Amino acid sequence: MKKTISRIYVIFVFILLYAPIAVLIAFSFNNSRTRAKWGGFTFKWYLQMFQDAEIMGALRNTLILALLSATIATLLGLMASLSLNRMKRRNRTVMLSILNIPMLNADIVTGISLMLIFIAFGQFLSHYGYTIVFGFGTVLVGHITFNIPYTVMSILPRVSAINPSTYEAALDLGASPSQAFRKVVFPDILPGILSGFLLAFTLSLDDFVITHFVKGPGFDTLSTKIYTEVRKGIKPEMYALSTLLFLGVLLLLIVVEKGKGARNKNRKPAY
Amino acid sequence: MKKKNNALLTGPYLIWTVAFIVIPLILIVYYGFTDGNHRFTLDNLSRITDPVTLKALLLSLLLSALATAICLVMAYPLAMILSRMKSGASAIITTIFIIPMWMNSLLRIFAWQTLLERNGVINQLLSFLHLPPQHLINTPAAIALGMIYDYLPFMLLPIYNSLTKLDWNVVNAAYDLGANGRQTFFRVIVPLTMPGIVSGITMVFVPALTTFVISDFLGGSKVLLIGNIIDQQFTQVGNWNVGSGLSLVLMVFILVSMAVMQHFDTDEEAARSIL
Repeated sequence: MKKTISRIYVIFVFILLYAPIAVLIAFSFNNSRTRAKWGGFTFKWYLQMFQDAEIMGALRNTLILALLSATIATLLGLMASLSLNRMKRRNRTVMLSILNIPMLNADIVTGISLMLIFIAFGQFLSHYGYTIVFGFGTVLVGHITFNIPYTVMSILPRVSAINPSTYEAALDLGASPSQAFRKVVFPDILPGILSGFLLAFTLSLDDFVITHFVKGPGFDTLSTKIYTEVRKGIKPEMYALSTLLFLGVLLLLIVVEKGKGARNKNRKPAY
Repeated sequence: MKKKNNALLTGPYLIWTVAFIVIPLILIVYYGFTDGNHRFTLDNLSRITDPVTLKALLLSLLLSALATAICLVMAYPLAMILSRMKSGASAIITTIFIIPMWMNSLLRIFAWQTLLERNGVINQLLSFLHLPPQHLINTPAAIALGMIYDYLPFMLLPIYNSLTKLDWNVVNAAYDLGANGRQTFFRVIVPLTMPGIVSGITMVFVPALTTFVISDFLGGSKVLLIGNIIDQQFTQVGNWNVGSGLSLVLMVFILVSMAVMQHFDTDEEAARSIL
C-alpha cells in the first residue's frame, strides 16, 4: 500500500516536470501558426529556425561565450585556488567570502552592479578618448565574473588535498618546478578543473539575468533572444529551438554522466 | 622567487575580484544613497514605501515564501522515496528529476505560458470536456506555479544528497528505542538532513524573491514583483539611483533570510557535535 502511494507520487511529480516540456516538443511539429488547433505534422519550423539569421547568430554568440568564459574562468579559478591554498587561514576565509559574493547574491543585483561599473569605466575612459561598447566584451566579463566562484569551488578542494611533499619530492628527484607542477601536481587537480569547466560552461549557456543587464542593444544570446521573442508574442520557431536545446542538453548530460558516473552537482538557478 | 610566483598567481584574480565584484557593489551603495547630482539622500531607499513598489515587494515575499514552502513539502517525500531505492535505480531516477534543471529556464517558464494562456492547452482541455474556461495566466497563482516548477529540482537535489548520507542505523535505533514514525521523522531524520533543507530553501527562496522573468512571462504586465520594478528602473526608466536604492532594500531581505537559514544550519552542526 505504502509502496503504491510512493510510486504514484513519483509518477505524479515526473508528469508535472515533463508535461510542459512534452507540450513544447509537440507544438514544434504543429503545422499551424496558432496554438488553438492542431494543423498536422510538419518540420517547417525547424527549417525556418535554421534559416533565421538572428537565432543562428544568438546561438553562435552563446556557444562562443560559454567556451571562452568557461576557459578563462577555469584559468583564473585555478590560479586563485593555488594562491588561496598558500594563504593564511584568515586571509583565505576573507578572500573566499568575497569571491563567493556572485554565487550567493541575487543575479539581478550582480547584473546591475556590473552594468554600473561598465558605465563608470566608460565615463572614466572617455576622458582619454576611449569608449566601452556594451556587447560581447561586457557580457564575457560578466560571465567570467559569475563563473569564477564555481570553478574555485570545484578546484580548491582538489588543491588542498594535495600533499606538498610530493611536489618537493619531485624537485629533489631533479624535476624543474614547471615539470614538477605539470607531471605531479596537475594530474591530481585535473578532475576538479574539468568539472569546474563543465559547470562554468553550462552556467554560461543558461544565464539570462546578468547577460540582460550588460549586453547592450543589438547583441543577443539565446536566452535574451528567447526573452524578447516571448515578450513580442510567440513564434513557432521558438518551439523548435526549445526542442533542439532540450535534446542537446540531454545528449550532453548522457555523455558527461557516462564519463564520470552518476554524480550530481549543486548549482544555482539561472535567476 | 616564491614570493614573486605568489604575486603572479594572486594578482590577476585579485584585480578581477576588486574590479568586478567589490567596486560594483560599492557603486550600487553609492548610487543608492545619492541623487542625480551626487548629493547624499535617503529618497531612493524610501521609494520602497511607494504603494506600487511596496505592493510588489510584499507580493514577492509572499509568493517566494509560498513557493519555497510548497517546493519543500513536495521535494522532501520525493527525496525520501528516491533515496530509499536500490542504489543503481536511485541514481538514474534522480538524474531524470534533475534534468529539467539543466534546460534553459526561460523555456521552462515559456512552456507554462503555453499551458496557462487564454487559448492555452489547459483551457482547450477544459472546453473539450465542456467545462468553462478559467482565467489562469496573469495571476499571482500562475507566478507561484512557475516558481515551484522552475525551482523544484533545486530543492530536491540538496535534500536528496543529504538523505543519501544519512545513517539509517540511527533511524532504526530511534524505532528500537520506542519512537513512532512521526517522532522519528521530526526528531531524527529532519534534524540530520537540515543542511540539505537549508541549502534547498536558500536556493529556491533567493531566486524566487528576485525573479522578474517568471512574473514577466506568467504575470503579463498586470502582476509586478519587486524584480520587475528594479528591472524597469534600469532598462526603461533609466533611474539608476532609485534602482540601486531598491536593490539595496532587496539585498537586506536576502541577507536577513540567509542569516536566519545559517542560524538553523549551525544549530544542527552544534547538535551533531554533541552527539
